[in-house]
Amino acid sequence: MSKVLVIAEHDGTNLNGSTARAVSCASDLGLDGIDIVVLASDGSAVAEQAAKISGVSNVLLVQNPANENAVAAFLAPQIEALATDYSHVLAPSTTFGKDLMPRVAAHLGRPQISDIMRVESSHVFDRPIYAGNAIATVEAPEGLVIGTVRTASYKAAANDGSASVETRSVDVTLPTHTRFVELASGGGGDRPDLQAASKVVSGGRGVGSEENFKVIYNLADKMGAGVGASRAAVDAGFIPNDHQVGQTGKIIAPDLYMAFGISGAIQHLAGIKDAGTIVAINKDADAPIFEVADYGLVADLFEVIEELEKAL
Amino acid sequence: MKILVGVKRVVDYNVRIQVKPDGSGVATDGVKMSMNPFDEIAVEEALRIKEAGHAEEVIVTTIGPKACQEQLRTALAMGADRAIHVLTDEEIQPLTGARILKALADKESPKIVLLGKQAIDDDNNQTAQMLGALSHWPQATFASEVKIEGETATVTREVDAGLETISVNLPAVISADLRLNEPRYVKLPDIMKAKRKPMETVSIEDLGVEHAATVKVLKTAAPAKRQAGIKVESVTELVTALKEKGLI
Ligand SMILES: Cc1cc2nc3c(=O)[nH]c(=O)nc-3n(C[C@H](O)[C@H](O)[C@H](O)COP(=O)(O)OP(=O)(O)OC[C@H]3O[C@@H](n4cnc5c(N)ncnc54)[C@H](O)[C@@H]3O)c2cc1C
Repeated sequence: MSKVLVIAEHDGTNLNGSTARAVSCASDLGLDGIDIVVLASDGSAVAEQAAKISGVSNVLLVQNPANENAVAAFLAPQIEALATDYSHVLAPSTTFGKDLMPRVAAHLGRPQISDIMRVESSHVFDRPIYAGNAIATVEAPEGLVIGTVRTASYKAAANDGSASVETRSVDVTLPTHTRFVELASGGGGDRPDLQAASKVVSGGRGVGSEENFKVIYNLADKMGAGVGASRAAVDAGFIPNDHQVGQTGKIIAPDLYMAFGISGAIQHLAGIKDAGTIVAINKDADAPIFEVADYGLVADLFEVIEELEKAL
Repeated sequence: MKILVGVKRVVDYNVRIQVKPDGSGVATDGVKMSMNPFDEIAVEEALRIKEAGHAEEVIVTTIGPKACQEQLRTALAMGADRAIHVLTDEEIQPLTGARILKALADKESPKIVLLGKQAIDDDNNQTAQMLGALSHWPQATFASEVKIEGETATVTREVDAGLETISVNLPAVISADLRLNEPRYVKLPDIMKAKRKPMETVSIEDLGVEHAATVKVLKTAAPAKRQAGIKVESVTELVTALKEKGLI
């Protein structure tokens, strides 16, 4: 039997939307079954959410106080113990999965396929390299496949499943060398999550200051959009790091992406290649962002936002 | 204490990548090569830890062909004390790379191994985590701040939800994110001085490392290109277009 194990990403209360996207990728493998493992300290609520993802047979719930926070060095040995029953182990290619999966792979002596964007067969995949400026078709060696899924390439699997939830105890000794201290979240408030938002309003260095970024937030709120940013805007302290879009930030695929005062460096474009419609507002007619924008407007971003606010 | 830093020679981040027409890879002939930007940040961080008095020696290493010595020299010019070149003409994938780094760590006993979080050519983002696993060391990936206190490091990590802080015992593997620091500029006299710093060459066989199973690249293609759209003349025109598409 060839089965896929998908590692659930969650915050202890809510299942992260990236999990259902990883399940979509797992479905494309066309194997005999898909299970999800929820590693948590108290994870029954998360397990119930995972059980609703369609296409999933079993949800394994592994509870351990050490799983209160997602520390790769604690989670990896537990996943390794479960991996023996599977032909594939996948996690979303979010910072959670990127941190965790290579640790699992190395212990098991397996190479890892990062950022799977298309499944050709059980061992052949497409993945982006060079910030998405080339696509490599790669073949994993025979045997267990460990991979992360580029979530922007997959729609979330439907939510009408009814998998069974099974509590598992995993008997492994966990290391004591790592301590979780705290998580300071960027404080996006009630705004839609950047990676799940259908609309994203994004600002770059051209916005000019943290103070000026208010106009970006206001427009986003008016449109029900998430807020993104370029690296330059984050580096300059206009906005927290969790808003960064691009090769080293978040890879997103909203229906609408509106870039204000972003030049369109390849590293930024790497994060928005899968957006439905890209709108760019930039006062420089030669900015590279216009090469990928569906609608470009050469203008001052502040004037445009003012007019947009009135028009919406 | 010693710090070991791994660096990789990659196509410079400003180069517009060209996929070879026969699908065999990306054109690298005559293309500007540089140290992977994340690795440069890792070197800088190691130097700062040393300058703050927490380490005595910074050793840089790379795995690759002869030409990679250029990047080792750059790291030496930045201020690293000595270099180890693991000479090979093969393409080394992350798991084998991690095994090689582990062999070097076993030999040199550093308290910290600092690596870039990903190389901007293959974008794998694996080697630091794999080294952590193989050594049974803690890992602190995607670091944007590193504080050393005695036998522990407190590391702030850039994660999707914001900034996460963890504390790890040393020895540990740390991978550098972009906001960890701004690497220093190398001055001409430093380049001259770097020429006299020790550089040792070893082979993978010398280190007794076995190659891991590899991922085979079957072909490389250019990505589907987004078509440039239209320029609109006014906000009204933009709003009309977006409304027509049902986007607002
Ligand atoms: C290894 C590596 C990884 C990277 N990863 C990322 C990443 O993940 N994400 C990312 O975004 N970047 C990343 N970068 C950085 C990237 O190369 C660019 O430096 C960055 O994206 C530039 O941000 P920007 O477009 O906001 O700034 P700039 O390039 O400075 O552009 C600002 C733009 O604003 C316009 N402007 C100014 N004022 C106004 C106004 N009033 N109205 C309208 N337009 C205005 C200007 O014409 C200009 O085009 C990375 C770089 C490296 C080396």
